[in-house]
Amino acid sequence: MSPSRGSAAPRTPPESARLGTEIRLAVEQVSYAYSANPTQAPLFTLEATSFQARPGEIVAILGPNASGKSTLLQLIAGVLSPLSGRVLLDGFVIHSLSPRTRAQRIAMVQQESRLLFPARVWQFVLQGRHAHGRSLRFESHDDILIAQNALLQVGAAELSDRWMDQLSGGEKQRVVLARALAQRPLLLLLDEPTLHLDIASQVGLLDALRRLCAHSRYTVIVVTHELNLAAEYADQILLMHRGRCLRVGPPAAIYQRELLEQVFQVPLKVEMRGHGRPRVTILSDS
Amino acid sequence: MRPLTFRKLLFQCFFLLVILFFVVVVALKFGAVPVSLYALGRDLLRVILGQSSQISSDYGLIIQNIRLPRIILGIIVGASLSVAGTSFQALLRNPLADPYVLGVSSGAALGAILSLIAEPHLVLPPAFGALLTPLCAFLGAAVTITAVYFLGRRQGQIDSNTLLLGGVITASFLSAVIVFLMSLVNSSNTRGMVFWLMGNLSTSFQKSIYWFLAAGFFIAIGVIYSTANDLNILLAGEKEAMHLGVDVRHVRFLVYLAASLLTGLAVSVSGAVGYVGLFVPHVMRLMFGSDHRTLLPTSALGGAIAVVVADTLARLVVAPNELPVGAVTAVVGAPLFIYLLRRRLA
Repeated sequence: MSPSRGSAAPRTPPESARLGTEIRLAVEQVSYAYSANPTQAPLFTLEATSFQARPGEIVAILGPNASGKSTLLQLIAGVLSPLSGRVLLDGFVIHSLSPRTRAQRIAMVQQESRLLFPARVWQFVLQGRHAHGRSLRFESHDDILIAQNALLQVGAAELSDRWMDQLSGGEKQRVVLARALAQRPLLLLLDEPTLHLDIASQVGLLDALRRLCAHSRYTVIVVTHELNLAAEYADQILLMHRGRCLRVGPPAAIYQRELLEQVFQVPLKVEMRGHGRPRVTILSDS
Repeated sequence: MRPLTFRKLLFQCFFLLVILFFVVVVALKFGAVPVSLYALGRDLLRVILGQSSQISSDYGLIIQNIRLPRIILGIIVGASLSVAGTSFQALLRNPLADPYVLGVSSGAALGAILSLIAEPHLVLPPAFGALLTPLCAFLGAAVTITAVYFLGRRQGQIDSNTLLLGGVITASFLSAVIVFLMSLVNSSNTRGMVFWLMGNLSTSFQKSIYWFLAAGFFIAIGVIYSTANDLNILLAGEKEAMHLGVDVRHVRFLVYLAASLLTGLAVSVSGAVGYVGLFVPHVMRLMFGSDHRTLLPTSALGGAIAVVVADTLARLVVAPNELPVGAVTAVVGAPLFIYLLRRRLA
């Protein structure tokens, strides 16, 4: 897939030195089909998709509803097995790893289901340590330190003793991120992490994410609807449309008016800003 | 952060063990024939010292041969049903799940009845003959929970209300089949309709059955307890659990199997005692929190206490006649079920 069609200037990202050349995640010609039962035609297909991500890199997957974003994320997480192709994490095929091994390397942040019984924040974050011990055990001193540290990293240390169901949306999302960090993953997957958050919480969460990326060299894959936040924070953009990956590349190369208008079906305006980060304005019809 | 430690767990279990001990003493003392505490202590000491041959009084015989076996049965049945209830609640993500409400107990009862009807017509070695009933009850339980699980699924997800309704309807259907069978077969060794539908601890069994019960009980509880941490995470949902490193299919299979075994064993000796698996885990959660590393052992002990208390009441309330123990547990459990259901829908 060509990274650019020439209208936007290819940027020279200042981050290139930080990212290095080592490949952490390789998605190779991965496809998937979903059908209600095996005899019927598939209701949804994801066509062969490829991209690579390095340590410390943030990749945003963009696209309208039902474009295959979440399916791709589930395939990367290894909970779905691809119909063809493979996903490699540091050279290992992800979906053939055991759930425990996978959870030691990959953490997922998604819209949480409601908790059945009340739990404290620290209990919730300690769940992230599950994959690192034998099944039946009591938390070790290390587990507690790692959980406390994870809460510190997302700026939620003071929430430790609160009940999960008494947190605001922004606080809860930070705690969920802390649980993912407690897994000490290589790969951090986020499914619409800024949904239902106010603007300050959105920016707070993404700033925290960028700091973590730079500091702990996580590879972050984030599915989002927020075009401007993706442009601001992502190193690479994957543009999805009707189960097909249209483009992969840096934001400046992907954010072209005709392309985005075709995918999102709204008239819009793209401005290129000084630091190579584009900005999108939605134009209303009236 | 104050995570659970082994010491805390031991302390909680010890607390419940002390209560269980007092309940057992009270259950031994009270009954149709009054027994003095002194005689009780003397006779118990003799049983413990292995000098049961020296017990000569009629009271002693009542204690040793009637009340004590019944209490032991109550302890095993109560612990089994509560642990099974706790497991179903975690796997189905439904605080109202219970072997009786889901129809699993009725399935086990049907399996047991079928084995009792078939047994005289089969040529079996006597050792296996005695185990046929608990085994068939286990099969009945396993088949029923599988059926109810699929009844409760809509579009690949468990729907709480559909599941409960499916369970209640299954229970009612299976009870009808039981009543039908019992009316057809009027033999003396099938124990009677009230036994299977309401539960009763008054039947006594050969010693080997108690050993078999205890062995199955400890194996099944051990299996479930080994997944305690996984169950904690499964409460957050199967998808989340997968991402956190739980082998969901494996855990689900193991725990359903073990919980069916517990239900089958309990029902094969006591009939369908209801609601124990519903209210005991609930009370334990209020007392000790919802961590399964605590909840499973405390529920086992709590269930033992609850059933021994319920059975003592069943013996005393209309003495010298008896109520089925299931009538006592249902009087407590059914209103609690309604309360929990209303609160959840609110």
